[in-house]
Amino acid sequence: MKRALAIMVGAALILLLATLTLVVMPYLQMSAEQVPPDLKPYTEQQLHGRQVYIANGCVYCHSQQPRDPGFAPGDKDRGWGRPSVPGDYAYDEPHLLGTMRTGPDLFNIGARQPSIDWQLMHLYNPRAIIKGSIMPSYPFLFRHVDEPTEGDKVVSIPPPYGPESGKIVATDEALALAEYMLALDHTYPAPTLPKQQPKSEEPKE
Amino acid sequence: MTPTIAVLLIITFVLSTVGLLLLIWSIANNQFSHGQAAARTIFSPGEEGHSEDPARPADQPFTGNTSEQTEAIEARWTADQSSRTAVLTWLSSSVFWLLLGSFFGLASSIKMHLPEFLAASEFLTFGRIRPVHLNAVTYGWASMAGIGVALFLIPRLFKTSLAGGKYAVLGGFIWNIGLVLGLSAITLGLSDGEEWLEFPWQIDLLFVVGGALCAIPLLLTAANRKVEHLYVTSWYLMAALVWFPILFLIANLPFAFPGASGATVNWWFAHNVLGLWVTPIGIGIAYYMIPKILGRPIISYQLSLIGFWSLALFYSQVGIHHLIGGPIPTWLVTLSIVHSVMMSIPVITVAINHHGTMMGNFGRLKDSPTLRFVWIGALMYTVASLQGSMEALRSINVITHFTHYTVAHAHLGMYAFLSFILFGAVYFIMPRLTNWEWPWRRLISLHFWLVSIGILIYVVSLTVAGWKQGVALLDAAMPFMDIVKMTLPALQARTVGGALMTLGHLVFAFHFIAMLMHRGAATEQPTLFRPAKETTQ
Repeated sequence: MKRALAIMVGAALILLLATLTLVVMPYLQMSAEQVPPDLKPYTEQQLHGRQVYIANGCVYCHSQQPRDPGFAPGDKDRGWGRPSVPGDYAYDEPHLLGTMRTGPDLFNIGARQPSIDWQLMHLYNPRAIIKGSIMPSYPFLFRHVDEPTEGDKVVSIPPPYGPESGKIVATDEALALAEYMLALDHTYPAPTLPKQQPKSEEPKE
Repeated sequence: MTPTIAVLLIITFVLSTVGLLLLIWSIANNQFSHGQAAARTIFSPGEEGHSEDPARPADQPFTGNTSEQTEAIEARWTADQSSRTAVLTWLSSSVFWLLLGSFFGLASSIKMHLPEFLAASEFLTFGRIRPVHLNAVTYGWASMAGIGVALFLIPRLFKTSLAGGKYAVLGGFIWNIGLVLGLSAITLGLSDGEEWLEFPWQIDLLFVVGGALCAIPLLLTAANRKVEHLYVTSWYLMAALVWFPILFLIANLPFAFPGASGATVNWWFAHNVLGLWVTPIGIGIAYYMIPKILGRPIISYQLSLIGFWSLALFYSQVGIHHLIGGPIPTWLVTLSIVHSVMMSIPVITVAINHHGTMMGNFGRLKDSPTLRFVWIGALMYTVASLQGSMEALRSINVITHFTHYTVAHAHLGMYAFLSFILFGAVYFIMPRLTNWEWPWRRLISLHFWLVSIGILIYVVSLTVAGWKQGVALLDAAMPFMDIVKMTLPALQARTVGGALMTLGHLVFAFHFIAMLMHRGAATEQPTLFRPAKETTQ
């Protein structure tokens, strides 16, 4: 029993060490990081949209972390923005950095596609805008009505993709998600980056 | 930055001093003296040189020549029977989750190239069924089968009956409830939002309780053990059962880690699930099955212990290589890269032992299902781990990060390594628990070929396409949509591979149920891929 215990305690101690270096120390360092002054907290609607983003697993195809152009030039050249810094995520809980780019990085999608109509149309059916897109469509975030009523957000869908009759209107979820997309705009300068980036707005897919 | 580096330096210094003192202490206390004798603890007296596979005790090629030997064989039969209920609970559940997870994986794969497939329902949208797949196969199939096999091995390794098996049965029920609730939560859109940690944290508590209940029989049985030395498999199993609850608890602490530091905790956990949970289970099983089936001890016992401790040291710190180029401190990334490369040490020591023991016995792969599955799994462990060390290098990672290449690598590890070893272990265990032979050896063969060809198509297509995707992403001259189109054939090939694997799982599950129900003709012969030659060996 003595040796069995020694193995288990030894194993636990090693994990403790790893927790110290990989969890505690980064946490201490990063929580002391300066929050960029131009970063705005999310509004209630944007936070709701963020939950829709989480619920429907957007993170499995989209990252939110452009890399340094000196390391991976494609990120900036595709118009995804300057490299992100810890402070950019001060209001992100949980983080949505992502590990997959089946679709493009969304760290600055709000700057690249600032139109809410574009966002809603794209969510209803991505292929209505981008030919050959493999992103799922999200019809369940929209309602099909015969006659939109006061206050409904009507989304105009180009012919083959829309319904034969009636209108498509956005639900609160769709609107919130689109608002969250628009809030993903980190084109402000990051104080902790070595040099000011000049400007990084070249709308691109 | 500077204070962090200073702290790191101090920790490193203290650590190496402690390590050195430990080494001196263990040499002084003869901790290294077990040598090859310890490698033989898994054999009954006189059993060495006789294969144990895959037969019921009554059909053992080796039943003992003296009364002492016969007694040892009978004691093993009692040990096997003692864990029966607990092991069958965990294994049957795992086979169910394997099937469910496979269907969700296959549907996710189809959606990647047919985006309108089942798109109308929010419950079946890609972003929900993909995490259902991952969680079902990780926490349902791999974890439950791993615990099931561990529960079977524990009494054998300690040469005593399993004590407190009922706690493990209860733990199995709680674990299953956790899975049902957790997977439903994801389907309903109530995910916690971080990869590998999607289950809402309230539900996660069920897994901690269920896992902890499995530790009780482990501790009770260890206290009753009748062997002098703890064989290396039990080291891995004990460590894994200590690590998982700690990891799972810390990573799920609600609201503790916001923003970018949440990402470091996320990936520290996610890679540790692989490194400190399923890997030790997989390696530990292979360390038992290969020598048992061959009837010869592993070639270097000392090496196996070095492999164990270096795995613990290095694997626990590799997680942040998932964030190379990300918004986190450079020292942290570098630390994980260094440890990822150092992982080649435990990997090579394990490889020497697993493959070195096989040397000269490769002929047995032709007839023994367990050996074929387990050894291919062990070989894929070597391949996947060395590939992983390479992928952690900045120059490689800049290409492979964010691409299908990583997905292929993950399946090489979780499937070709771990699942293959688990399949092999199930083929070994079931006849002993049900007192029934596998009824149709052709079904085992069919299972083997379906899943092998399936995973081959899967890994090769995504590895090639992922690499091309990664190279193209670095150069903005290639429009994003062109990259998507370029990967489409590989995504379709993945569906073909995944379909073959799913078919294989159906065959496996059918055969598993037939075993539980004692279907097929009763046979006195062990079920091998081909009829065993008339040898006494």
